[in-house]
Amino acid sequence: MKKIAGCFLTFLTMLYLWLPAALWAGGEKAVDLVVVADTRVLHSSIMKYFSELYNTNIVLFAVWAVVLTAAYGGILGLLMDFIMSRTGLDLKSRKIVEH
Amino acid sequence: MEFLANTEWLYLYMPIAGVKIFWPGLVLIGFSVGVIGGFFGMGGAWMVTPGLNILGFPMAFAIGTDIAHIAGKSMISTMRHSKFGNVDYKLGFVMLIGTMVGIECGAQIIMYLERLGMVGSVVRWVYVLFLALIAFMVFLDYAKAVSKKKAGDVGEHGAEGITWYKTLHKIKIPPMIHFKTAGFTCSAWLPIMVSYATGVLAGFLGIGGGLLRMPALVYLIGCPTHIAVGTDLFEVMISGLYGAFTYSMKGRIELVAVFVMLTGAAIGAQIGTVATKYSKGYGIRIAFGIAVLACMISIILKQFKYTASAAVLILGTITLICIYIMNIMFRGAAQELREKKSAAAKAKA
Repeated sequence: MKKIAGCFLTFLTMLYLWLPAALWAGGEKAVDLVVVADTRVLHSSIMKYFSELYNTNIVLFAVWAVVLTAAYGGILGLLMDFIMSRTGLDLKSRKIVEH
Repeated sequence: MEFLANTEWLYLYMPIAGVKIFWPGLVLIGFSVGVIGGFFGMGGAWMVTPGLNILGFPMAFAIGTDIAHIAGKSMISTMRHSKFGNVDYKLGFVMLIGTMVGIECGAQIIMYLERLGMVGSVVRWVYVLFLALIAFMVFLDYAKAVSKKKAGDVGEHGAEGITWYKTLHKIKIPPMIHFKTAGFTCSAWLPIMVSYATGVLAGFLGIGGGLLRMPALVYLIGCPTHIAVGTDLFEVMISGLYGAFTYSMKGRIELVAVFVMLTGAAIGAQIGTVATKYSKGYGIRIAFGIAVLACMISIILKQFKYTASAAVLILGTITLICIYIMNIMFRGAAQELREKKSAAAKAKA
């Protein structure tokens, strides 16, 4: 049993080491990049709006990026807070007191 | 069954970068960095960028996307740490002054070096040097604390190794400020100068700075580890939002990826943050030291063009540290719930 477990662990380790390198090889190269959003292939109106904004008004796009990131972070934080408060854990104090 | 055979739904089109990305991979990256960032109090850009690159994300977009995601993730973690009373906002705001000026000075040094044409390897080796120093400091501190504990030299808050902050607290240049949450009084110039120094380094190295600020808060300013983690996350949040703006202005951000990663990070951040409740300060510091070592080795590997090996090392370290933190959190939570249950049963009887 121990031998089988050892073989399985070795296989997993090898897979773990090989997989990122294999996927890495398939990655896009930054040199091929054209920094213009292609709005022709987009169907969603929201995606189209932000892609067009990226192409035409980068300042407004940057403002949107910051506002939306902060808002989404805040909403997720509140949502997770609501869920965590239902786990029954004390989330306001800590017993361990040391430096 | 057709659902399983056709894997198209697992790929999400990134409208700005123009590539299709395996979105569960993005969620997983967000989750892992959420766990680690919430536990150590850092952004974790060094972990995200290679992960994004492996998923096929163009490098030009990886850094900006990474920074925006870190800002949102730090916001979630800060909210949770704040509930625990782990964020000293006063200290955070005082340090912001030094951090902002410092980052700008660091960026100016980089531009000067760029004109001289010596940026690349200089930056990497300086980074390696500082990471080595931090790792050395963390392990030396632990070794000292262990030997003090053995000798019975245990203070009010347990055995302490490095206590440089005690010497620095003797500086009495006005104005003196009391930081209530962190529980100490010192000259305002101490956190300003320390954050300035870490800011210069962060600007110079092109990183968020959480990796440098967290140990600086503990060893130089004298913050208890948990408060250092929470306060540092607050700083990372502010600098991350600023970074998100500047990178967006340069057109180097993919908002769809930011949101997908944030969704994973929201869950991870809860695990990482709650785990600090069940972990001793030295537990956090040692795991942090190991993460710093892994980061240092990965940079050395990158310097010698072993990029894939560096990524494997980083991803391996992330996986192991994540498992370690999740283990702390779930064990601690289960223990707490058991204790609550037995206390309620006793009260009934």
